[in-house]
This record gives sequence, C-alpha cells and structure tokens, in this order.
Amino acid sequence: MADTLFITFAVLTVASALLVVVNRNAVNAALGLLISLIGLAGLFVLLDAPLLAFVLLLVYAGAVVALFLFIIMLLDTTPGAQKPYKKMTVAASLLGAGLLITGIVSLTERAVLPHAPATIAVPTLKNYAEQLFTTYLLPVQVVGFMLLIAMLGVIVLSKKFNQTEGAK
Amino acid sequence: MTALLNHGPLMAIILDGENLRYPSTYGLPSYLLLSAVLFAIGFFGVLLRKNTLVIYMCLELMLLASTLALVAFSRFNGTLDGSVFVFFILTIAAAEVAVGLAIIVALFRRRHTIQVEELNHLKH
Repeated sequence: MADTLFITFAVLTVASALLVVVNRNAVNAALGLLISLIGLAGLFVLLDAPLLAFVLLLVYAGAVVALFLFIIMLLDTTPGAQKPYKKMTVAASLLGAGLLITGIVSLTERAVLPHAPATIAVPTLKNYAEQLFTTYLLPVQVVGFMLLIAMLGVIVLSKKFNQTEGAK
Repeated sequence: MTALLNHGPLMAIILDGENLRYPSTYGLPSYLLLSAVLFAIGFFGVLLRKNTLVIYMCLELMLLASTLALVAFSRFNGTLDGSVFVFFILTIAAAEVAVGLAIIVALFRRRHTIQVEELNHLKH
C-alpha cells in the first residue's frame, strides 16, 4: 500500500513539474505547480510528517500559487511569437540537469547512510513547538524580523513608482 | 481497530497517529533520487524559460525539492531538526515570492514586458 502510494505521488509530482517547465501558457504552469505541490504533500504524509504536509498546502497552494495566478491575470502576459530556443541553450540546459542528477545519485549511491528506524512516532505540533521555542528561538525571531522587512520592502517597491509617475 | 490500522498510512494517521507500522521498500535513496530529479527539472526550467513568472515557479520547484530531501533525512535519521528547518524554508519562500512578484510588477510598469530576452538594458 505504501509502495503504491509512493509511486503514485512520485509520478504525479514529477509529471506535473515537467508540465510547469514545458507548458507555454503561464496559467497552466501555475496549475501544474499546484498539482506538483499536492503530490509533494502526499509524499510528506508518507514520510510521517502530516503537519508539514498541511502547512505546505496552506502556505504554497493557498497563498503562493494564488499570488502567482493573481499576478498572471494582472499582467496579461499573452505568449506572443516566441523566439525558438537556440540549440546550444537546450543542449546546455539538458547537460546541466543531467549532470546534477548524476552527481546527486552517485553521491547517494556511495554514501554510508545511517540505519533507518523502521517506525517512528509521528511528530505532533507539540514536538515542533518544543523545538521552535527552545533550540531554534533565535532563528524564529530572525525569520519574523525578515518577514517584517519583506513587507516593508514590498510597500516601498510599489510606492516608489507611484511617486515618480505622480511627479511627471 | 488494529484491522483498520493495517489499511495504510493515511488511514492510520487519521485513526491513530501514534505508532505507524507499515513496511515500505522505498527508503532514503528513493526519496533523495526523487528530490534530485525535481531539483534538476526546476534547474532546467530556470535555464530554458523566458517568462520571468515561470522562472520564478521553477525556482519554487527547486526549493520544494530541497524541502523533500530535508524531510526525508529527518524521517530516516529519526530526528526532528530537518522538519523544523522546513518551517524556515517555507517562511523564506513566502517572503521571497512576495518581494519577487512586487519587483516583477514594478518592472512591468516600467518596461511593459517580463520576457527576460527583452530586459537587457543593463547590457548596453
């Protein structure tokens, strides 16, 4: 059962990730990303992290993909006559991706991996909270501060252009 | 209850959530391979696509691939650190998307295009 689920989610994730890359239409690419996320959330559940799967769906599918779709609609980027890719670019991209896979696979094949426990207790929200508020207290504060800075940055970015347009 | 638990991980999580017992032939190398393939697809997309928004989506794919590797390592080492780190990655990714899309919108207002081949004003 777990094997079937792994194969299903893995194929779903990789196939829709390919859809993101090869699709001409940006809206279809965003929907491919959404399906890929659902597959990935399923894999997280198989890895005994249902809470992370939930957070992933909440943050990515709920916020990030919706934001992408919103911007696509806002900008109206109809795919015009696109220049064909140079053969060199395609070849170099394929070579780079292939080298990446080969490198990581050979690394995992040769690495001495620790003996995995067959079963673990599923981490609950309490376990995560204990870690986040003891060991990782400083990173949590830093990330919160970074979110504040990002929010300010977005405001400044969109305000500056309004001022220059108003000055004309 | 135990008969129901044997149905699979999803059912077991819904019903019990304490100690899962299911044998899986796919271990850490399978998950790492999948993560590598996802990362390579994202990398390929970043190199190949011309639309800035799609390049951004491919960047997100690469981030997600690294997330999968972290969760897999965390699960098969029996520790929680990797999973906690995923929280930080998700936060950073959300902030990055917000700022990046704001930059893209500002760029579109100025240049009326988001194709990378037409955004070459710094070259000349």
